[in-house]
Amino acid sequence: MSKKLNNKISKAFDTANKKAFIAFITAGDPDADSTVNFILEMERAGADLIEVGIPFSDPTAEGVVIQEANIRSLKNGMTTDGAFDIVKRVREKSDIPICFMTYANPVFHYGYDRFFGRCEELGVDGIIVPDMPYEEKQEMDEPAKAHGVSVISMVSPTSDERVKSIARDAEGFIYVVSSMGVTGVRSEIKTDIDSIIKNIREVTDVPCAIGFGISTPQQAKDMAGKSDGAIVGSAIVRIVAEYGKEAGPKLYEYVKSMKEAVEKA
Amino acid sequence: MNEKGRFGIHGGQYISETLMNELIKLEEAYEHYKNDPEFNAELTDLLNNYAGRPSLLYYAEKMSKDLGGAKIYLKREDLNHTGSHKINNVLGQALLAKKMGKTRLIAETGAGQHGVATATAAALLGMECEIFMGKEDTVRQALNVYRMELLGAKVNAVTTGTMTLKDAVNDAMREWSGRVSDTHYCLGSVMGPHPFPTIVRDFQSVISKEARAQILEKEGKLPAAVIACVGGGSNSIGMFYNFIPDKEVELIGCEAGGRGVDTPETAATIATGSLGIFHGMKSYFCQDKYGQIAPVYSISAGLDYPGIGPEHAYLHDIGRAKYVPITDEEAVCAFEYLSKTEGIIPAIESAHAVAQAIKIAKNYSPDQSIIICISGRGDKDVAAIARYRGVDLHD
Repeated sequence: MSKKLNNKISKAFDTANKKAFIAFITAGDPDADSTVNFILEMERAGADLIEVGIPFSDPTAEGVVIQEANIRSLKNGMTTDGAFDIVKRVREKSDIPICFMTYANPVFHYGYDRFFGRCEELGVDGIIVPDMPYEEKQEMDEPAKAHGVSVISMVSPTSDERVKSIARDAEGFIYVVSSMGVTGVRSEIKTDIDSIIKNIREVTDVPCAIGFGISTPQQAKDMAGKSDGAIVGSAIVRIVAEYGKEAGPKLYEYVKSMKEAVEKA
Repeated sequence: MNEKGRFGIHGGQYISETLMNELIKLEEAYEHYKNDPEFNAELTDLLNNYAGRPSLLYYAEKMSKDLGGAKIYLKREDLNHTGSHKINNVLGQALLAKKMGKTRLIAETGAGQHGVATATAAALLGMECEIFMGKEDTVRQALNVYRMELLGAKVNAVTTGTMTLKDAVNDAMREWSGRVSDTHYCLGSVMGPHPFPTIVRDFQSVISKEARAQILEKEGKLPAAVIACVGGGSNSIGMFYNFIPDKEVELIGCEAGGRGVDTPETAATIATGSLGIFHGMKSYFCQDKYGQIAPVYSISAGLDYPGIGPEHAYLHDIGRAKYVPITDEEAVCAFEYLSKTEGIIPAIESAHAVAQAIKIAKNYSPDQSIIICISGRGDKDVAAIARYRGVDLHD
């Protein structure tokens, strides 16, 4: 299995000791125009990679904040084609690495080949699918690879001896899940991240980014210090929930503070 | 394709990484204990001396004569302790969880039958218990909520999505992924990621194991057909399983047609669904053209689910079982018919199977038999049926 596909994910981690800040946003929350604007604002503030969430009716890996964003977005008419259109508009102005984050069914139902063909055409570099574990991911991996799209592997606090098999096959970056349970802001991250990263490092040099529960600059700095980057979702989505279409400047401010913290790691 | 836990192309383990090791441990424990004589003796003792098994196979003579065709037999799962077939699976899983060192059970419930059964097993085995139930269902089945609380369980009303069974499963999965070390998710149907569809089917297959022996004793030959209702499909797979090798026995599953399969207010997955991946499994689901899971509807909270277990999807694919939709109206008429004709009030879920028997009995001769699985008793539904008929009941 080739470890490097010809996409832009490596750009997010390209210089020695660079720490990446990865920002998640739900497509279509509150509407497509805003999402395009928010992505560009977050890039301007220093985000290295954007995760664009394609909303799903039943996001079982999400906490309340992102669940509600999914519901708002679907209610406002967002679809998989709508999410592709958002990326198309971003690509007119930006070359920032982009990964989709969604669930198995919207991708399966769209048709793997058709979905990843569209990704290739529009320059989507990777995809994160929480309900597609190591055992099942091959059915998605093959068509994704054929179109140069990386299926991002996830490692969790309960992965134990599975870490090495997962890491060996990983490409793009490895999404290290910091905590048990679902996405959402946490006051404290207790998992022994160091030993997970150590296990990964024994088999691969694919970059590792840590997500789930990170909201403050201090947490971002701590997590980036243990790895190659920090992923933030719920804290960003919460800003969108609060400020709606006017969230752009607030997102800029927040992402800038998080990126600065990550750089100090 | 991962071959583990597959039924043809269906099944699999489409679940978050956080739960994968727990599923592997569960599979290992199950593979060990299912062949352990001590475990099986304990389970059989609970089934016979606590749940009241074997359940009766009752010859519904008046109904048979009235319909004028096949002899109708009822497999009386409604007579089990807690009033439905759910206890068969719950006692098995609770005992297994206990052997695995778990001290807490969580479960989803639709009509409340599985929640009541889980709360019961938890009380008996001295385990903590938390139930997830769609808010809509806590209103439809308020009595069952109080019943679970009486049994010592905590009931969480789920307020996301359609606030019904699928949302209860979502929240139970979320809860489990946050706490696996002391907690077993006692899934109530033949759905979800492997090994659940296999474990639940094995524990429910006691229904057809008994029924097959009972009908052979009474009739000296196999039935022409067995009929059961299908939501996720646990009582139906239990009713079908030991008849699958008997090719001459028709297997008929009755889905919730709701207000009709040509309306959006239906939960008939085989009739209106398509292939998808959801709740840990590949199977058929009611969904839109972008793969968003549809907000399904049925008068029956227990069948109000947008998917079907992977083994049913497979039995459908290979043509071994047939799945038919039954509307709310047909189910309610069957509910009333069985009550008046045989003095047996069936669960509104089971009434879907009764409705199909009413339709087809006359196509058979009196030397043939049909078995209907009466998966649960209907006390819980009396208020809802009264409302459906426009009768205002005062407390």
